[in-house]
Amino acid sequence: MSGHTLDRATIAADFPFLTRRIDGERVVYLDSANSSQKPRQVIDAMSSFAATSYAPINRSAYRMAAEATEAYEGARAKVARFINAPSADEVVFTKNATESLNLVAGSWGRANLRAGDVVVLTHMEHHANIVPWHQLAAERGIELRWIPLTPTGELDLTDLPRLLDGAKALSFTAMSNVLGTITPVAHLCRAAHDAGALAVVDACQYVPHNVTDVQAWDADLVAFSSHKMLGPTGIGVLWGRAELLDAMPPFLGGGNMISDVRLDGFTCAPVPAKFEAGTPPIIEAIGLGAAIDYLESFGMAEVRRHEAELTRYALDTLTERFGDDLTIHGPRNVEIRGGVLSFAFRDLHPHDVSQVLDERNVCVRAGHHCAKPLMRVLGVGATARASFYVYNDTADVDALADALDSATDIFGF
Amino acid sequence: MPGLEDLYREIILDHYRSPRNRGELPTPPAIMAEGHNPLCGDEITVYLQVDEGRVTDVKISGQGCSISQSSASMMTQAVIGKTVPEVRAIVRRFKGMMSIEDGDGDASADDTAVSLGDLEALQGVVKFPVRIKCATLAWNTLLQALDESA
Ligand SMILES: Cc1ncc(COP(=O)(O)O)c(C=O)c1O
Repeated sequence: MSGHTLDRATIAADFPFLTRRIDGERVVYLDSANSSQKPRQVIDAMSSFAATSYAPINRSAYRMAAEATEAYEGARAKVARFINAPSADEVVFTKNATESLNLVAGSWGRANLRAGDVVVLTHMEHHANIVPWHQLAAERGIELRWIPLTPTGELDLTDLPRLLDGAKALSFTAMSNVLGTITPVAHLCRAAHDAGALAVVDACQYVPHNVTDVQAWDADLVAFSSHKMLGPTGIGVLWGRAELLDAMPPFLGGGNMISDVRLDGFTCAPVPAKFEAGTPPIIEAIGLGAAIDYLESFGMAEVRRHEAELTRYALDTLTERFGDDLTIHGPRNVEIRGGVLSFAFRDLHPHDVSQVLDERNVCVRAGHHCAKPLMRVLGVGATARASFYVYNDTADVDALADALDSATDIFGF
Repeated sequence: MPGLEDLYREIILDHYRSPRNRGELPTPPAIMAEGHNPLCGDEITVYLQVDEGRVTDVKISGQGCSISQSSASMMTQAVIGKTVPEVRAIVRRFKGMMSIEDGDGDASADDTAVSLGDLEALQGVVKFPVRIKCATLAWNTLLQALDESA
C-alpha cells in the first residue's frame, strides 16, 4: 500500500499551499489540529468529480446518478476499511464530528436516558462532547460525572470504577486537542462495558494521525471529521455497531432517511440511510475518500512515526531554547502524545504570541480551543497551540522557535 | 502588511505591564458587568461607581491580551470623573475609531470634539481586524454597566 514515502519532495509536490507566499515568505502552518491543509489529490478528485461526474445519489435510474451513487458508497467503504469497521453499513456520514456527537446524545441519549441516569465524561473534552450532554441534562435531568486529570495531563483513572458505577455511557476523547494526550481507549471501553455502560469515542484528533481499529478498541460509537484528515469541510463520520445503530431512533427527518411516508406516519430506511436525512455532502465524500487513499499511500503507522518524531524534536528544541520561559502543557512522553503542543510563553497572552508569530508567517491557534472546562483545570484563560501533520518538518519547528525569539524583542524582556 | 509597531505602541505596552485601576469595588453601591470574548476566552469584569450622574470610580478585573488589558486600563483613566453623557460620548468616539458603528447613535459633532488622549494609540488595532474585539471588550462591558446604572 505504501507507494509513497513521507519525504520533502513528495510533500512539496502534493501540497499546493506550500507554494503560498505572504510578504514573499513561505507559510509555516501549525494549526492542523484545528483543520488540515489539503493535498492536490483531494482537490483534484473533488473538482474532477464536480466537473464531469456529478449527479445526485440514490434517487434516479440514469447512469450518471448510478455512478455518483457508486462513488459515494465507495467513499463509505474506504472509511470503513480505514478504521477497520466490520461493515460499510455501520458508517454514517454527518456534517462533522460535532454533528456526530449531537446525533449520539440526541438519538441514543434521548431514547435511553432518563432523570438520574449517569453519563461519564472527562475534563479534557472538546465542547462538542460536553454541550450535547449538558443539553440532555437540562432536558432530562441526567447526571454528568467527570474523569479528572493527573498533573502531567493524562486521565486520572484511580477513581474510574466509582465514577462508572451505575453509568449508562462513557463518552471520551481518544486524543486531546489541547494536551495532545492519547488516552487508553481500549482500556476505557472495557471498563465502560464492565460497568454496563456504552463506550462513545471522540476520535476527531486520533483518526487523522494514527492507525485506528474500532474493533480492537471494542468501542460502540466513534466520531470524527474529514477536514482534520486532509479532506474537505462539510463531512464527518459516526461509526457505530450495527445492532446499536439499528436500535437508535433517527436524528433528523426528511428525504433519504425513510422507506415509507404516509399521512399517519413514516417508516425509517435501514442504516446508514436512516441517519442521512436530505441530500448528503456528495462531493465532500469523494474528497474524504481521496484523503483516505492519500493517507494510506504512506500508511498510518508511518504518519504516526513522522509526527511522534517531530513532536519529540519540538519538545526538545523548545525546552532547550527557552527553558523555564516556555511551559508546555500535557505529557512529555511521545508514546502517549500526538503532535499537539499547547504552551505558555513567559507571561505573554497567547493572543499576543500568535500575533507576533503571524508576523513571521507562523500560524498557531490562540484561545481556549473549545475546551473551556480544561482551561479552568489548567488554571489558564487560553493557550497558544502548535500542531503538526504530514507536511510539517523540523524546519517548521525551528521557524516557530525563531519567531518566539522575536516576541522577546517586541515585548522587551 | 501593517507592521507590529502599529499595534504594540510603547504606551500600550506600558498600560499592559502596569494596568491602572485594577481591582474590585463593593457591589452595591457599585455596578458590576462581565464581558467575554468567545473567540479567545478573554474575560473582563468592570466595576462602575456612579454618584449623582458622574462616574466617580471604575475598576477592572479579569484576564486578557495586551490589547484588551491596555484598552481597559486607558478606558478607566478616560472616564473617571466624567458625567454619564460625557462617558457615553467617549465610548461612541472610541468605538467609532474602531470603525464599529453604534447601532442607536449617529456620532454627533460633539463626539468628535471629545479627546481620546492616550487612547489614540489604539488606532493601529483597526489594521488587525481580529484584534478589534479585544480592544472593544472593556468598552462594551462598560456600556452594559452604564445601562444597568440608568
Ligand atoms: C477532540 C475534538 N472533538 C470534536 C471536535 C469538533 O470537530 P468539528 O468542529 O469538525 O465538528 C474537534 C475539533 O475541533 C476536536 O478537536
